[in-house]
Amino acid sequence: MTPHCRYVLRLADTSLILAQRLGEWIGHAPAIEEDLGLANVSLDLLGQARMLLSYAAELEGRGRSEDDLAYLREESEFLNATLVEQPNGDFGQTIVRQFLIDAWQLELYEWLQESKDPRLAEIAAKAVKETRYHLRYSAGWLVRLGDGTEVSHARVQDALERLWPFTGELFAADAVDHEVAQAGIGPAPESLLPGWSARIGAVLSGSRLAVPPTTPFGWHGKRGQHSEHLGHVLAEMQSLHRAHPGAIW
Amino acid sequence: MYTQGLDSLGKDCLRDEAQDIGRLEQRFQARIDAEEKIEPKGWMPEAYRRTLIRQISQHAHSEIVGMLPEGNWITRAPSLLRKSILIAKVQDEGGHGAYLYSAAETLGVSRDELIGQLLEGKAKYSSIFNYPTPTWADIGAIGWLVDGAAIMNQIPLCRCSYGPYARAMVRICKEESFHQRQGYEIMLRLSRGTPPQKEMAQQALNRWWWPSLMMFGPSDAESKHSAQSMRWKIKRFSNDELRQKFVDFTVPQAEFLGLAVPDPALSWDEAAQHYRFGAIDWSEFEQVLKGHGPCNRERLEARRRAHDEGRWVRDAAVAHASKQAAKEKSRAA
Repeated sequence: MTPHCRYVLRLADTSLILAQRLGEWIGHAPAIEEDLGLANVSLDLLGQARMLLSYAAELEGRGRSEDDLAYLREESEFLNATLVEQPNGDFGQTIVRQFLIDAWQLELYEWLQESKDPRLAEIAAKAVKETRYHLRYSAGWLVRLGDGTEVSHARVQDALERLWPFTGELFAADAVDHEVAQAGIGPAPESLLPGWSARIGAVLSGSRLAVPPTTPFGWHGKRGQHSEHLGHVLAEMQSLHRAHPGAIW
Repeated sequence: MYTQGLDSLGKDCLRDEAQDIGRLEQRFQARIDAEEKIEPKGWMPEAYRRTLIRQISQHAHSEIVGMLPEGNWITRAPSLLRKSILIAKVQDEGGHGAYLYSAAETLGVSRDELIGQLLEGKAKYSSIFNYPTPTWADIGAIGWLVDGAAIMNQIPLCRCSYGPYARAMVRICKEESFHQRQGYEIMLRLSRGTPPQKEMAQQALNRWWWPSLMMFGPSDAESKHSAQSMRWKIKRFSNDELRQKFVDFTVPQAEFLGLAVPDPALSWDEAAQHYRFGAIDWSEFEQVLKGHGPCNRERLEARRRAHDEGRWVRDAAVAHASKQAAKEKSRAA
């Protein structure tokens, strides 16, 4: 698999797994409006994932479909950022996870709109509009929860500290990132950090939340090395599809 | 505009209340008979208001509880396309719930109050959602049969005498008809699929057929609210008429799928141009209604859990909003 294809798969899987996590919420959110809001974000991410997976399948050139890639790969073949496979936790934890990713995806898609890969640029142009809305949603809730009550403040501060260690991966370049950056297909990951930090900092300070310190341990979901949680996500997501090999739905 | 005549009459009411209420009721009924819409600010009999609050809130609760059996398959949908359709559908149901609670609020009751009644187990919702969805085919069967039955019930509601409810139903019916088609499409794929897929579809039809017929409510002779609701044009067709229409519509669809309707008494009556079907087991309906269905407890528990676990979130939103309002106020001062 070429670095180009691996890179597209990383983007696809990050959106797919996050869409799957948000899908767990639907019908169980704190208010009807949040059921609708989380479903919207989930649907957008799923739409992005489908476009990216289909494109990755074309780049791979083995005749696989979006569903083959989503349902028939093993855990170590999934290349999503480790952050998105983390459990939903409470609503605050879901919002913090969403906020950290939204701010990153916004930086990323803004860059990718100008990518030398026209397909990726096209997908990014659609996704960037959706992501602006996602960030408005998650940042809006982060401010409400950070500022709201002592309980809500403590819960989201805790969630931030829990999830912060997974953000390092988003900005740490490896060989795949170097290749796509050199070809002008994708950004150098570290180049997204200043914009991301500024977005995060502005919202956190407005909600009385403290930026956690950076920890040394690095996660590598994008290389297929996952936390304990992805296996469960996939076991659930793939169960029916795998139980009926070759069936059409 | 519709309410002008009644409002001016309302001011005169003080002289002789009993006599004037009689006159108001007459004029109210005359407007209904003339197919005029009743609007929130117009005069309406208390019983009409109560009937509508009961019906609209039950409908809203059904949409919200109805998200649960289908939500059960979002994470396991067998293709990404099916997953996105299902998310969109369950999201629609949530939207219908929100929309209907708003329609109920025009009658002077709050959404919080209505949701409180649901969570305390005082309010009803459609019994059908107390049945489980053990397989993917149940998602197809719900769309095809349950949403199909709901459409039969709801299309006449687009002409309901109460304006806000009637208008809400126009949009809801459009979305429901999309839901019905996606459900039928799932069933079609399954019934044309592998033998295990076809068996899954047949089992789901077996599970959902009778509960779907029960969705139309007790037979006309037994239905306690029907006559008055017909006079008020909240209801346009009787339970039995709608049920017959549903059976006539659905049996040929089952035949097209190559699936067997689980009713040995089912037959075509050439003279009447209707399908005749077997007796409905109303004792099952009564049991589910009383809370003894397979999932009554689970459904309410899931709603209560979401409500309880979301309380800190709603509290935070309220606290933040009042802090913001206080800041605005001090800035303005």
